[in-house]
Amino acid sequence: MRTIRFLLQKEFRQILRNKTILAVVVMVPIVQLIILPLAADYEVKNVSLCIVDNDHSTYSQKLIAKITASGYFKLVDFPESYRDGLKLIESDKADVILSIPSNFERNLIRDDTQELFVSVNAINGVKANLGGAYVLGIIREFNSVIRTEWIQAPRFSNIPVIDIAITNWYNPYMNYKIFMVPGILAVLVTMMGGYVSALNIVKEKELGTIEQMNVSPIRKHHFILGKLIPFWILGMIVLTIGLTVGFLIYGIVPEGKIGLIYLFAAVYLVSVLGLGFLVSTYSETQQQAMFLSFFFIMIFIMLSGLFTSIDSMPQWTKVITWFNPVTYFIQVMRMIVLKGSGFMDILPHLLKVAGIGLVLNIWAIRNYKKTS
Amino acid sequence: MAEQVIKVERLTKRFGDFTAVDEISFEVNKGEIFGFLGANGAGKTTAMRMLCGLSIPTSGAASVVGFDVYEQTEDIKKNIGYMSQRFSLYEDLTVIENIKFYAGIYGLTKKQIKQKSEELIDRLGLHSETKKLVGALPLGWKQKLAFSVALVHEPKIIFLDEPTGGVDPVTRRQFWEMIYEVSAKGVTVFVTTHYMDEAEYCNRVSIMVDGRIEALDAPRKLKEKFNVSSMDDVFYLLARGAKKAAI
Repeated sequence: MRTIRFLLQKEFRQILRNKTILAVVVMVPIVQLIILPLAADYEVKNVSLCIVDNDHSTYSQKLIAKITASGYFKLVDFPESYRDGLKLIESDKADVILSIPSNFERNLIRDDTQELFVSVNAINGVKANLGGAYVLGIIREFNSVIRTEWIQAPRFSNIPVIDIAITNWYNPYMNYKIFMVPGILAVLVTMMGGYVSALNIVKEKELGTIEQMNVSPIRKHHFILGKLIPFWILGMIVLTIGLTVGFLIYGIVPEGKIGLIYLFAAVYLVSVLGLGFLVSTYSETQQQAMFLSFFFIMIFIMLSGLFTSIDSMPQWTKVITWFNPVTYFIQVMRMIVLKGSGFMDILPHLLKVAGIGLVLNIWAIRNYKKTS
Repeated sequence: MAEQVIKVERLTKRFGDFTAVDEISFEVNKGEIFGFLGANGAGKTTAMRMLCGLSIPTSGAASVVGFDVYEQTEDIKKNIGYMSQRFSLYEDLTVIENIKFYAGIYGLTKKQIKQKSEELIDRLGLHSETKKLVGALPLGWKQKLAFSVALVHEPKIIFLDEPTGGVDPVTRRQFWEMIYEVSAKGVTVFVTTHYMDEAEYCNRVSIMVDGRIEALDAPRKLKEKFNVSSMDDVFYLLARGAKKAAI
């Protein structure tokens, strides 16, 4: 126990003297939590729209007014022809062209049918998809409005309608920030555990000080604990700062017990620290450690369900996500913060993360050799 | 017959096809200053690492202070001090923090730590520098400090891997005075060096060429045997035959 105390004392002295690490611990969570949730908003706004109105009628004006009033679109131009509209798409000035044919109003009233043409720039897939869908939705609604105008006091509706009412549970206003902040916080804690710890151990290899540790009678598990405990504490500090920022800036108060978040984070950090430690045993230089950690953490974050839904991934990547501790942490964070889940709800996740941690740490301890 | 604290027999280390240390055999007596010479890449550091329990030999046998280098590496580590080629104190800790840290992990009691660090700072004359970061000290001072720290737990043998590399002549002289001091107290000193004047200070020296020990004796006897006037010439005669070393 005394040995660990000396190791911890040394480690904390070094950390406190290292201004960069301190800045990373304090500033990174604050800055990231301020910037990222705004950028990682899935709602598509400001879709640049150009309308080729060949009709110039009351109805076409009504349709245009309805579209622009929706707030999703930025009307950039009224080109003379569809060809001119395409030029705007080519020069990236417009995302969507809505082409209203001539005689739009006449045909609509006389023939009771009309065709519109929507053309979408699909380079940015998300924007194109949603932008196109918004336009179609508005046109559909426009259609049903003018139909009801025409049908004079019907005895019964000839259009069967199933009206769907949607209630958004746990996040009624679909506020993406509430959804993103816990996820981003999980990623930050992961970086602290998996990245900074690996670099720290490899730095000792580079400097040669680890050799001096290896030639001392210090026990292997003492050395390891002396390295893991400080970063475990730093991870908890990052979490605390992050939760505070989430509350102060976004007003996010976890529905569930905060203690539960800390309990899960405590186990989770052991698991990612195991990853960092494992990476350090395979790297000789900080550069190698950085690339190796980056590789794993990048994949873990991409497959974590932070930005994209795991349910829509192909089966084989889903299998990878079962072994991804980041997935579980993000899920648990969202469960506790948004849904107010209790201990029994997160227990399966907790056990899986503990299992992953056990494997990673045992692997790392076996691979760390005082004698080569 | 003096007590032998290091016994090495046909000790070998291979890395793949490359044989770094090739069946070396020798003994080192208690309290002796044993010089371990050889060109760069001759296998000195590899041999020393095996004796320190940092590296497991491929074949052969060796014992250090009575402990086996295969099975009892952790027991060896309790009884030796080691100063590696690379500077191994923490540059972002102060002088006193480094001393106390190393004393602590070797299991010295609080009282011993206090007494040892005072003694050490007295001897090195570092009173005004105790709260300075080690990184800010000149190299010569760093090396003397590293040497003293390697001795803080009073080991039976101290292994020094090129302790005076890049150090000025005055500091080198002081360094060797420190070596004589600990040797007089019965500590065995096992030292590698490239400076042939330092080789003359050793009780016995061995010269390694291509992983083998080509000569081992007191400096005076070696000079007689090869009929030359200085250790420099002895070294040159032997090392010139090396296949891989670039001299």
